[in-house]
Amino acid sequence: MPDKKGYFGQYGGRFVPETLIPALQELEAAYEGAKKDKSFQEELKHLQATYIGRPTPLYFAKRLTKHLGGAKIYLKREDLAHTGAHKINNALGQALLAKKMGKKRLIAETGAGQHGVATATGAALVGLECEIYMGSEDTKRQALNVFRMKLLGADVNEVNIGSRTLKDAINEALRDWTTNVRTTHYVMGTVFGPHPFPMLVRDFQSVIGREAKKQVIKTEGRLPDYLIACVGGGSNAMGLFYEFLDDDVKMIGVEAGGKGIESGEHAARFAGGSIGVFQGCKSYLLQDEDGNVLGTHSVSAGLDYASIGPEHPYLRDAKRIHYTYATDTEALEAFELLSKTEGIIPALESAHAVAEAVKLASKLSKNKIIVINLSGRGDKDVQHVARIKDITV
Amino acid sequence: MNRIDNTFKRLKAENKKAFIPYIMAGDPDLEKTKEHIMTLEECGADIIELGVPFSDPLADGPTIQRAAERALKAGVTLKKIIPFVKRIRSHTQAPIVLMTYYNSVFKYGEASFIKDAVDAGIDGAIIPDLPPEEAESFIELSRAADFSTVFLVAPTSTKERIKKVVDACSGFLYYVSITGITGARLSLDERFKRHISLVKKSADMPVAVGFGVSTPEDAGMITRLADGVIVGSAIVKKFYEHPAGAKEFIRKLREAIR
Repeated sequence: MPDKKGYFGQYGGRFVPETLIPALQELEAAYEGAKKDKSFQEELKHLQATYIGRPTPLYFAKRLTKHLGGAKIYLKREDLAHTGAHKINNALGQALLAKKMGKKRLIAETGAGQHGVATATGAALVGLECEIYMGSEDTKRQALNVFRMKLLGADVNEVNIGSRTLKDAINEALRDWTTNVRTTHYVMGTVFGPHPFPMLVRDFQSVIGREAKKQVIKTEGRLPDYLIACVGGGSNAMGLFYEFLDDDVKMIGVEAGGKGIESGEHAARFAGGSIGVFQGCKSYLLQDEDGNVLGTHSVSAGLDYASIGPEHPYLRDAKRIHYTYATDTEALEAFELLSKTEGIIPALESAHAVAEAVKLASKLSKNKIIVINLSGRGDKDVQHVARIKDITV
Repeated sequence: MNRIDNTFKRLKAENKKAFIPYIMAGDPDLEKTKEHIMTLEECGADIIELGVPFSDPLADGPTIQRAAERALKAGVTLKKIIPFVKRIRSHTQAPIVLMTYYNSVFKYGEASFIKDAVDAGIDGAIIPDLPPEEAESFIELSRAADFSTVFLVAPTSTKERIKKVVDACSGFLYYVSITGITGARLSLDERFKRHISLVKKSADMPVAVGFGVSTPEDAGMITRLADGVIVGSAIVKKFYEHPAGAKEFIRKLREAIR
C-alpha cells in the first residue's frame, strides 16, 4: 500500500495543479467508501463474471512450450476479456465509481486505443457521456480502434501537439479534467498519475493475479516459478504480480526496447531514464538533462510512453521485480511465433512479454513454470504489422 | 524585504493595483525576451512573470504551449534563463518571478535552484504542478533565502485548502479565476465573486488573479476584486502575432488595472 500521501517509498505523490486536488481527494474518499460498500463490490463482481467474462482462462501453451524446449508456458488470457484486453477491468471499475460519485461524463487518454475502447464501453454500460483523447500518431496506427470508440458513442479528440502520442493525450485529458472537473471523472488507464490512481488502478487489475494464482495451483498443484508481463504504464504487470508479491515467485517486467537502447529510440525507462516528476507523480522518466521529456519509440503504441507507474521503481529498488526490455524486432518475431504455434494473435504490447519468455524458457528445465500475462489480443495490430512487412491487406 | 513585498507595499500606499504580465523566456529567443521585458517595464509592469519552457505544460492552453515549443526549439532552458536574468539585472529592477513546472526545478535540484535564482536576482517562483503538500522542502529552503513561493488557489479550493495554500505562500497569492487552463475564457459569475471574497478574507497577503484575463475590459473588472491582475496568453500572443501593436495593448491593460 502507498503511504498517506500516495508514496511507494520515494515514488508517487500528487503533483497536479491545485484545481484538481479537491477532485483527487473526493476520488480517494469515494474509492475508500466503495471498497467497503458491499453492493458496489457485488455489482463489480457480477459484471466481471457476466459482462467481462471473468475468470479469463489460464491456458497451457503446449506447442509453444515444445517449440522452445524448456519451461512450461502458461498464458493468462486477458485477450479473451470483453473488448480484447485487460484494460476493461479498470475502466469498468472506474465507470461504476464515477456513476456512484454522481459524475456525468468520463474522459480518458489512450495510446493503442484499448483503454479508450474500454472506457467508451464502460461509459455505454453505465450510461455516461464519454470523450477520449488520442495522439494523432496513434490514431493513424490504430484507426480501427478509433472507429470502435465512435461506435460505442464516444467522441474521439485527436491531439496534434508535442509528440502526438500517449503522453500528449494525457496532457490534453488532464487539461479537460481541469476545465470540467466538477462534472467529469478522468479514467486514468494505468497505474500512473497522481494518487490515488496508481493504487486504485492496481486494485481493479489485481483480479488478474488472484485468478491466475488459483488457476495455476489447481492445474499444477503449485505456484509458478516466473511471471512475465509487458510494462508500459504498468497496469497489466501490477495486475498479475500484485497477488504474488509475498510468494516465492520471480517476476519480470518487459519494457519496449524499440530500435535498441543505443539508438535512443525506445521506451525503456529503467534502461535509459532517471527519476523525474511527470503527469502527476514521481517515477522513472525518459528526460534530458534539463528535465524535458524525451520522445519515445515503440512498435506498440501501448508501450510508447516516457514514464512508468511509481510502484514499479519501488519494487525494482526492493529487488522484487526484475525489469528488462524486448526490441521491436523481438516483439514482432514473438507476435508471429505465438500466432503460428498456438493460433493466438497477441497484441504487440503482450508480444514483448512473449519475447522475454522465448529468451527465458529454453534456459530453464522442463519442470519450471512460466505464466505470461497475455494482456490483449492482436487484431488491432494486424494492419500495422502488415504495413511494417510491406504487405498490402 | 524583497522586491515583491516592496512593490505591493508601494502600491498599497499609492492605492494602486499590481499589473503582472507573463511572457515565455526564450520565445523566440533570449535577445527578444530582454526587449520584451524592457517594453513591459516601460509600459508600467509592476512584477514580471517569466515562463520557463517545458515539454509538457499541462496547466497551459495552446498559446503558451506553442510559445514553450518555440523556446525549447531555440534551446532555452532553466540553466540559461537564470544567468540571463542575472545579465539583465543591470538594466531592470522590476521584480521577476519564474513560472516553471516542477520537473525542471527537481532536475536542477531545489537547493541549487533557489541559491542560483536568488544570486541572479530572481525574486520568487510559481510552480503550478507543485501543491503545498509536495513543497515542504522547497518552502523551507525558500524561506531561508527570502525567495517568494507563490502558490495557486483554484475555484475548486475549499476553505481548508485555501488556508493550506495561504500558509505555504509568500509574496502574493495567485488566484486562478477559472477551472481550466491558461488562456481560456473568463467568466465573472456570482460563484466567482463569492469565492474570491472568501479567499481575500482568508489571505493576509496580496491576491492576484490570473488565467483567462485577455482584454483590458477583463482586467478592468478583475482589478476591482483583487490586488493584482496577471495577464499571460494574451500578451504572449500579441508579441508573437502582432508585435507592432504589443506596446499599445500592454499600455491599455496597464491603464485598466487601477
